[in-house]
Amino acid sequence: MWDHEIRAMASTHAIIAASVFMATVLPAVLVPGFSVYGTHLLWLYSVSAAVTAVSVAVFWLLGITPPTKKHTLGYKLSRLVRSCLYFFLSCLFFHTVVVLYGAPLIESAVETFSLAVLLTSLTTLRCLCVLGPSVQAWIRVFSRHGAMSVWDTCLQITVACTVVGAWVGAFPIPLDWDRPWQVWPVSCSLGAMIGYLTGLVAAPAWIHYHRKQLTYKCK
Amino acid sequence: MKVRSSVFASFILISEVIGIALFLRGFFPVPVKSSLSAKNRLSDLPAEPLTGGSVNSSRLPQPLFKRVVIMLVDALREDFVFGPNGRMYMPYTRHVVERGSSNSFVAKARPPTVTMPRIKALTTGSIPGFIDVVMNLNSPALLEDNLIWQAKTAGKRIVFYGDDTWVRLFPKHFMEYDGTTSFFVSDYTEVDNNVTRHLDSTLKRDDWDILILHYLGLDHIGHISGPHSSLIQPKLLEMDDILKKIHSALISKEAEGSLPYLLVLCGDHGMSETGSHGGSSEPEVNTPLVLISPAFKRKVGMEKPGVVEQVDLTPTLALGLGLPISQNSVGRLIPGVLDETSLRDQLRFLHLNGHQLSCLLKDSILNYEKEAGFEQFRVAEKAHGSWMKLYLEGNTSEVLTNMGKKVLKQYLEALAAMSSALSKQLGKYDLYSMIAGMVFVFQLLLVLLLAMPEALSGEAAVDLPVLSVLLSLPFYLLCLLLASVHVLVCTSAESSCYFCSLSWGLVFAAVAFSSAMFCILVSMAARQLPLGPKIHGKSPLKSSGSEWSLSELDVLLLAGTVGHTLSLAASSFVEEEHQTWYFLLNTLCLAVFQDVCRKYFREQRGSGDEEDHILPSKDYHSAHPKAEIFSEKWLALATPPFTLLCCRLLRSLNQTGVQWAHLPDVGHWLNSSEHRTVLSLLAAFCLVLIYLLVQRRCSWVSKVALALGLLGVYSYRAAVGNVLFPWQHSSRATSKGTVEARFVYVFVLGILFTGSKDLLRSQIITADAKLKSRGLWEIYSGLVLLVSLLFRAHNLPVLCCCLLIQTLMAQFIWKRLHYDAAQTTIMHYWFGQAFFYFQGNSNNIATVDISVGFVGLESYVEAPAIFLTALSTYAGPLLWVCHLVCYLSSERDRSPVAVGHGCYCLALLRSVPAAAYIVLVTVLRYHLFIWSVFSPKLLYESMHLLLTAGVCLIFNTMEQSHSPSKS
Repeated sequence: MWDHEIRAMASTHAIIAASVFMATVLPAVLVPGFSVYGTHLLWLYSVSAAVTAVSVAVFWLLGITPPTKKHTLGYKLSRLVRSCLYFFLSCLFFHTVVVLYGAPLIESAVETFSLAVLLTSLTTLRCLCVLGPSVQAWIRVFSRHGAMSVWDTCLQITVACTVVGAWVGAFPIPLDWDRPWQVWPVSCSLGAMIGYLTGLVAAPAWIHYHRKQLTYKCK
Repeated sequence: MKVRSSVFASFILISEVIGIALFLRGFFPVPVKSSLSAKNRLSDLPAEPLTGGSVNSSRLPQPLFKRVVIMLVDALREDFVFGPNGRMYMPYTRHVVERGSSNSFVAKARPPTVTMPRIKALTTGSIPGFIDVVMNLNSPALLEDNLIWQAKTAGKRIVFYGDDTWVRLFPKHFMEYDGTTSFFVSDYTEVDNNVTRHLDSTLKRDDWDILILHYLGLDHIGHISGPHSSLIQPKLLEMDDILKKIHSALISKEAEGSLPYLLVLCGDHGMSETGSHGGSSEPEVNTPLVLISPAFKRKVGMEKPGVVEQVDLTPTLALGLGLPISQNSVGRLIPGVLDETSLRDQLRFLHLNGHQLSCLLKDSILNYEKEAGFEQFRVAEKAHGSWMKLYLEGNTSEVLTNMGKKVLKQYLEALAAMSSALSKQLGKYDLYSMIAGMVFVFQLLLVLLLAMPEALSGEAAVDLPVLSVLLSLPFYLLCLLLASVHVLVCTSAESSCYFCSLSWGLVFAAVAFSSAMFCILVSMAARQLPLGPKIHGKSPLKSSGSEWSLSELDVLLLAGTVGHTLSLAASSFVEEEHQTWYFLLNTLCLAVFQDVCRKYFREQRGSGDEEDHILPSKDYHSAHPKAEIFSEKWLALATPPFTLLCCRLLRSLNQTGVQWAHLPDVGHWLNSSEHRTVLSLLAAFCLVLIYLLVQRRCSWVSKVALALGLLGVYSYRAAVGNVLFPWQHSSRATSKGTVEARFVYVFVLGILFTGSKDLLRSQIITADAKLKSRGLWEIYSGLVLLVSLLFRAHNLPVLCCCLLIQTLMAQFIWKRLHYDAAQTTIMHYWFGQAFFYFQGNSNNIATVDISVGFVGLESYVEAPAIFLTALSTYAGPLLWVCHLVCYLSSERDRSPVAVGHGCYCLALLRSVPAAAYIVLVTVLRYHLFIWSVFSPKLLYESMHLLLTAGVCLIFNTMEQSHSPSKS
């Protein structure tokens, strides 16, 4: 049951994780003075860009994206535009949520927005890749018993892991240890990244061990 | 015995309050203080003892020293000077210690080995207790009798350079000072250079008598890299050079005939092997004390330094300078200092010290006559008198000298005994009382936890097997066992113990109570256990018969409660506890938002609209069902984001905590005089909004009273000068606003009276649920009016948002989403906690707004002041809990036991952190921040527990009044 999908999922996730790894290592080699803490924003953007590019490429190649009803160029373009719009809106949404959680409104807006971009590229982008730009599908997947395929379950797990990772990442900020990783938003973005990587590993594993119990009702 | 949940919960809470009170009594020992509030004066000194003599000379011996230089090196460990490396680290000092005219000792500091209490100990000679620090938070200056004050009063000119803690402790005491801050721990060069740069010029001058230098660099190095780092040696060499410089300057200034100088080198505390301090390990406690003066004998080689207490320096310096010993000093004169003076002077000095100690003993120990030291002192004083008689008669035989030596020995023994009796009283935790309190609290908590399935069942009643326990054999055996343990502990304890000093009746009641609780615990556990595996494998505690699946919200609520309790172990999380609550509250709102979205977007297709019609929607008549449902959907959807927004705004209203407390906040901006118009508008707007939100469910009498009361609040604020009336442009003279405040009080009392009248009527005459909920609401609105009077003008938005969120949440979230009583209670509790911090509180005593105690009073009256201060400090949690009572009792038609469940949950929510916290505090009692962080939080926790117990009693009456009407 689902063996083919699980294998595909595992390899996809391996590729994405490798891209994260490369996005950390390559700048360290190429850019002088690069470090995850010191030039955090650079690392953040390089990882976001890598994850975005690789996810889009991999999911497009795999063809998980729901088939479009119309094949006209205009429709495809409008989907693309809508996806970009959703991406941007999701950045704004995450930014707002983070500010509501207590991030300074004006002072370190760039850092906050970068974190929002990272969170978007780790979560929303995947939704866009798997579900396409349709809010209805998103709401369906993220409500209880809403998953309709292995990929939906996988999406739920990775997104939950990422968000929980970022959430847990905020814990060390009030501690008075004066460590470089306590600086805003380093701990949160590291938490999100670690959560995402955990999700990448956990999703295929969980699905593999629960493949007997998984049943999906069709539309 | 079957007990209702609410009765059970309030009983447990009240017993826990008693347990915690016992714990607090053990944790904060009563400080040893002289009962006199005045400071010791020269004229009060006792006369020299003389038997039969008519002329009682109250002559003081001549001071021993003219000038004193105290060089205090922070975190100077004993082995840095006296250890094997001492010769390498501080060669000159070592040379003076071994060959010069000096006296050296190892001075033992008392924990907590932190700078500020150590400075207090050095100057007052007392050992500051924890409660002492908490009590003195309002006045950073040291008000107790102390050496510096005595010196200043005696006209000594004092110069100080170094740690600015001294400057804060002794404002206006120093003729000249330069405080350096120990804020930047990474700087260990500049701090010391800032002290040393004054040295050359000061040493050349003659216009000072006491010079105090406090060097911080060594402590900073210790914090950075520990006692074995390579930075230590250069720093110690630098200190050694400074000592050499001072010593040679003093020698060159030395004039024939005048009194000698005294140079003191000491440390305030040591440092542990990791470089930190605060605890009670040997290297932290042992500090060197080197006294250098030509008045001492020259040493001929390294001797093993004697061991003295750090506080012994105080009486030594006081007597050496010819000053009275400060009142609360428990130190005793260091005998080596006196070696070169005449026997008469020696005896006189010891007599003075002994007299001061015996006075303190009389004040602080109940049966002081039984103390060995006191008796010895009386004997020695008598012998001293007869010695004086012989001496004054001109007897110079050897017998006299021998007799004098004997008196001296007697004095020294008496001093040692008295000093140790006194210091046993302080600086020590009364562990037995603490443990007894802790055991009580934990037994109660376990009983509370074990009763969970029963208390949260549909019946909401707990079956306590009291009778069967009281008649069982184990109960009596346990009583005997505990009583014998008590006797054993109390007879073997060497220090005083509060629990032992209680009367027998009380102790026996406590023992019986504790063993009964234990037996109840065991029998309840035995009853629960066989049920457990039958229902579920995993969680016997949680399972209540049917399948019990946790939703995301439940997981969050549980994890948040447990996580918050655990976070209290870290001092930073205690300091920044508001961040924890804001964070949890935000997450809660998001989780609720998700629930709302799920309800309205996902499940509307499946179950349709029938769900909304099941609800007894009294307020919404189905005139336009479609439109109503539509607007209700959007309002419900908008509520959580709106709450989030409110919380974010309130969060920037008052910055609290420690790390970010200095950041500018809206509260400061509003309070500055340029923005008074904005503040006035805001306050007026908030008051109007408060009126609109509260008046909905009041009777018309209360409505009028509320409106007038809120007007009174505004005019009170205007009278005090916080806000402006539109017609009043210039700031006129401000008054205390007593009349306005009393005007408001009248209306508060009026509303409370109407409310209670309605409640009583509903209870006795009509049993009308509607009347009752109106009465409750009126009491609640009376509270709101009182709080709006007490809150500062810039805090009115907090109250306003509180009411707004309560209204919206009750209307659209709690009712519509069918949250049960437990969930609602936890949410209310979280909101209450967050609002506690929104209004500007923190876990530091300093943020308690004491000025509230004066609202409407001409002068300070203790009882109302304490009541008002407590009320305004805990206004947030109280308002939320009161709202919970109102909400749950209005929800009664849906679930009749909601109030009982809510009360039980509240008790559980409060006792878990309180119980966990007292264990943490006990474990961390030698932690560096135990004073500054953990102890204030302990006081806040206990106060909150006390208030919750009170509120639970109110719950109790609410439920009680209901049950007869039901039957």
